[in-house]
Amino acid sequence: MLENVIIIGSGPAGFTAALYAARANLKPLLFEGNQPGGQLTITTDVENYPGFVNGIMGPDLMNVFREQAKRFGTRALFENIDKVDFSTRPFKLWSGDKKYESNTVILATGASAKLLGLENEQKLMGHGVSACATCDGYFYKDKKVIVVGGGDSAAEEATFLTKFASEVVLVHRRDELRASKIMQDRVFQNPKISLLWNSSIADFMGDVESGGLKSVKVKNTLDGSISDLKCDGAFIAIGHKPNSSIFVDQIELDKSGYVITKSDSTLTSIPGIFAAGDLQDTVYRQAITAAGSGCMAAMDAEKYLESLH
Amino acid sequence: MSDVFVDFSDDSFENDVLKSDLPVLVDFWAEWCGPCKMLTPVIEEIAAEFNGKIKCGKVNVDNCPNTASSYGIRSIPSLLFFKNGKVEEQLVGAVPKQQIVDILNKLG
Repeated sequence: MLENVIIIGSGPAGFTAALYAARANLKPLLFEGNQPGGQLTITTDVENYPGFVNGIMGPDLMNVFREQAKRFGTRALFENIDKVDFSTRPFKLWSGDKKYESNTVILATGASAKLLGLENEQKLMGHGVSACATCDGYFYKDKKVIVVGGGDSAAEEATFLTKFASEVVLVHRRDELRASKIMQDRVFQNPKISLLWNSSIADFMGDVESGGLKSVKVKNTLDGSISDLKCDGAFIAIGHKPNSSIFVDQIELDKSGYVITKSDSTLTSIPGIFAAGDLQDTVYRQAITAAGSGCMAAMDAEKYLESLH
Repeated sequence: MSDVFVDFSDDSFENDVLKSDLPVLVDFWAEWCGPCKMLTPVIEEIAAEFNGKIKCGKVNVDNCPNTASSYGIRSIPSLLFFKNGKVEEQLVGAVPKQQIVDILNKLG
């Protein structure tokens, strides 16, 4: 069956695109991917999404997005698109062996947490190393944990972890945080959080058989010296990378992997393919900006479909 | 709650999982864990597809602290694959359905 609009991704960008496309009677088909609801499902309180005076929990916000998009006829599948062919029309997409075809595609696959890339990081993932404080903080009651990073997510995770941990050390490679002022204040005012400036993680120590992470090797970024820091858990919050691996060789990406869109639009290098949200946003990367660009993508797709007739 | 995706407890774990004749997929989860909730419909689908071949159930880590800690669970969602009372495989995080199915095909 030939679709009008296929949307890949289920964060604020994907579901807002679906909402607008559905209301334009385009009967969009949306693929939720491997993390239905996207990055907001692993956050706690979302305090800066307009319309919610007292904030809203990330997973709850995404359920509302989904319900609203479905109310107007969006079909959302718990499938992951793992291959695309945008070289011929209609565009082709595959979820495993299943093939889908569409006149337009809106890419809204978002971004994922970056990891440090150390061998022991992968080995100890789930055994002391974590990329999701809201999922795993619970297991560190009265324990000592570190958070690696200096941006908003690192500050938020450090603050969140003080609900459980006895001590939280924020390890950052510079001598100041990139986090917003309000998040920085929360960190500095929390007596359970201490800061380790000019420091990066050189290695994770411990093994799965003997109970997981025991300590980390910390490298001083000024003089290169290495020291041991005992900890029961290490949470990685060093930023995000766009989920664009399946689009390599299909559309134009910048050197960091972000989809390039024409200014003031969601148009990509291929007419009929549109991109929205964190996948193409190198600057703002907020839920509200993602939702805004999702709306733009649906309107751009609608205009493009009209031009075909 | 579907009848093919059951709840295990600290008390029932030995009988339901360790002494099970069928291989068992155990999903460690909690109410407050976003990715866990997102994984639930995926496991429900799998439970229905593998009904009669694999037993599927979940352990709420808030209600079953003993089971969670005896398997060293420090991340959720965590999926543990049991056969003859022993852990054969372990997956951490909201992994794609196919990855889970591949392991079940190997065990079953």
